[in-house]
Amino acid sequence: MSNYLLIGGLLILMGVAYQYGARRSRAVSKASAKHLHSLPSHYGAMVALACGIPAFGFLILWSFLQPIFVAWVVKSGAPPDIAALSGPDLNQLIGRVTSIASGYGVSDTASAFEREAAGRLSNFLNIVSLAKIVVAACLAVGGLVFALRRITPQLRARNEVEGVIRIVLILCSTVAILTTVGIVMSMFGETIRFFSFVNPIDFFFGLNWNPRFSSTGGGSGDFGLIPLLAGTIMITVIAMLVAVPVGLMIAIYLAEYAHPTVRTIAKPVIELLAGIPTIVFGFFALTAVGPFLSDFGALFGLQIRATSALTAGVVMGMMIIPFISSLSDDIITQVPGAMRDGSLALGSTRSETIKKVILPAALPGIVGAFLLAVSRAIGETMIVVMAAGNSPVLHANPFEAVATVTVSIVNQLTGDLDFASPQSLVGFALGLTLFVITLGLNVVALYIVRKYREQYE
Amino acid sequence: MSVQTKPKVVAKDVNVYYGDKHALKNVSVNIPERAVTAFIGPSGCGKSTFLRCFNRMNDTVDGARVVGSIQIDDQDIYDPDLDPVQLRARVGMVFQKPNPFPKSIFENVAYGPRIHGLAHAKPDMEEIVVSSLRKAGLFEEVKDRLHESGTGLSGGQQQRLCIARAIAVSPEVILMDEPCSALDPIATARIEELIAELRENFTIVIVTHSMQQAARVSQRTAFFHLGILVEEGTTDDIFTNPQEKRTQDYITGRFG
Ligand SMILES: Nc1ncnc2c1ncn2[C@@H]1O[C@H](COP(=O)(O)OP(=O)(O)O)[C@@H](O)[C@H]1O
Ligand SMILES: [Mg+2]
Repeated sequence: MSNYLLIGGLLILMGVAYQYGARRSRAVSKASAKHLHSLPSHYGAMVALACGIPAFGFLILWSFLQPIFVAWVVKSGAPPDIAALSGPDLNQLIGRVTSIASGYGVSDTASAFEREAAGRLSNFLNIVSLAKIVVAACLAVGGLVFALRRITPQLRARNEVEGVIRIVLILCSTVAILTTVGIVMSMFGETIRFFSFVNPIDFFFGLNWNPRFSSTGGGSGDFGLIPLLAGTIMITVIAMLVAVPVGLMIAIYLAEYAHPTVRTIAKPVIELLAGIPTIVFGFFALTAVGPFLSDFGALFGLQIRATSALTAGVVMGMMIIPFISSLSDDIITQVPGAMRDGSLALGSTRSETIKKVILPAALPGIVGAFLLAVSRAIGETMIVVMAAGNSPVLHANPFEAVATVTVSIVNQLTGDLDFASPQSLVGFALGLTLFVITLGLNVVALYIVRKYREQYE
Repeated sequence: MSVQTKPKVVAKDVNVYYGDKHALKNVSVNIPERAVTAFIGPSGCGKSTFLRCFNRMNDTVDGARVVGSIQIDDQDIYDPDLDPVQLRARVGMVFQKPNPFPKSIFENVAYGPRIHGLAHAKPDMEEIVVSSLRKAGLFEEVKDRLHESGTGLSGGQQQRLCIARAIAVSPEVILMDEPCSALDPIATARIEELIAELRENFTIVIVTHSMQQAARVSQRTAFFHLGILVEEGTTDDIFTNPQEKRTQDYITGRFG
């Protein structure tokens, strides 16, 4: 709680600093009868930043340091058996002590040592939180005063603010990149652990997927990726068979035929489809598409299960339509009008022009859009969980149930988990496999799209 | 040189509107056969608009409306029974910026004959492509790389490729909208030579912003200003003895 107050206080102080900076710069300019290098608002922003950055920097630094101090406080004066603790056990102890110290207590009775440590900890935290406020306030006021005194007409406040903004932007991008790296690293570590249980060859080339029954050890053939990959590929192919023709026709219509008013209305409406949560598509599949396909198949004497690769694929295709149509539409409209005119002026009809000039010219971009859509389909989870029937058996019948890589990750990583058994660790191996596949597709797709853009610079 | 034969194209009281904008006002002009007619005038005066009436390219512009009559060989091209797609095979067009298709040189030229079914066998098509490239003065330069992309050629070569593409469907009339404005002087000279050769077989209408070019390549010149045809006559007359003050001001460089 005190943290929020502290942050609020700092923000208010920054607002005050801004006012002071702006006012002071005007006063300085008037006193010295010189033109300011920057606008008063730049001086204000500079002072506000000088006031806020050191204080916030200190708070962030402190949030990293505090756990170290807490651990040190808890352990100090502990009997040897407790001082020797490390890893999860130590974390658990610290968790318990922290809870007692903050007055929440623990479910079972606390040991004498825990109570004693909690007392120490709460004293320590009281002092520290006071110290934290004092230090932050000093830094803020110090920064404010320092920046105010720097203000002269020559000071290039505008450039300094610009520099700070640049650094903030760089930091934000770094966070995004580090997140990606962190995710990959965490998957990587767990995957390595998984491969200490299961031979990679059995995983990548195994034809059977049956993780539950191998818990007694041994049967490593039960972690075969192939049936899942086959399910993923089957559903993806069906989804593409639905999405590509329809999406492409929509794009052609919107880009080449539709009246501008139709276009401005239809385009966002179609894109709305992309905003529907996938779980809604999932129960659409369950309640509408699955039964329909199954009845429809019965007309022709076909056995189609309501939850099957076909159902999941068709619904996923519907979900991907706006993706394809929107990207392709952008790409088709990027083909220069001069191509169109050139073809029409030679006496070809509109559809001939589209077929023979526009689409070939737009093809690389459309292939890029296609690959992006494929990687979307491969990673899609909810529709498949609900509509594909979850049957990890290798077969080639789209009317039967299948399971995919994503569904199996869900199955392996929900419920009670210990992250030490191959049954849950396999989730990470599957995730990493999926990540590598979609990453590859994305890289290729972006490369193609970029090449295509260059062609019409 | 005076041309006394029957005109190839007769435009009468042509008006063009873009939505509410009246871009071309009551223009009447005769285009002689197998000669070069130049349209000159300051930019925005409606030259391109008028040119695009001859192959009905204005039909492809949203909101454009053409009123009046244009006859080619006594046939009204705005007759509702006439198919504009067919018309465009008879009236070819070359654009301001070279716009070869992103296909091979061969396929660029073969495009028109293919959609109109002009070649029945492969050798026929080769014959058409080669002779069109020859007529466009490009064959010698590209004969070893017919199957490389047309977009890899230089600007001047691309423009000659577009001319070859247009003449491959054997049009009667060729419209050129500032065909040299994106080219350097040497490439421009090549195109001007080519126009002089093509004149023997085709009726050519060229829009140009360069009066020197109009004087060099054309036999007749029409001067437009603010959507009105100010004056029209043989090129010699227009440049040496203009009847209208506005024409004189323009060709002596006083405005535009
Ligand atoms: N597609 C269009 N929509 C609306 N106005 C246009 C369009 N094309 C041309 N115009 C207008 O018509 C007039 C004549 O244009 P244009 O024929 O291109 O002139 P020029 O070729 O002589 O430079 C100009 O004022 C131009 O702004
Ligand atoms: Mg023009």
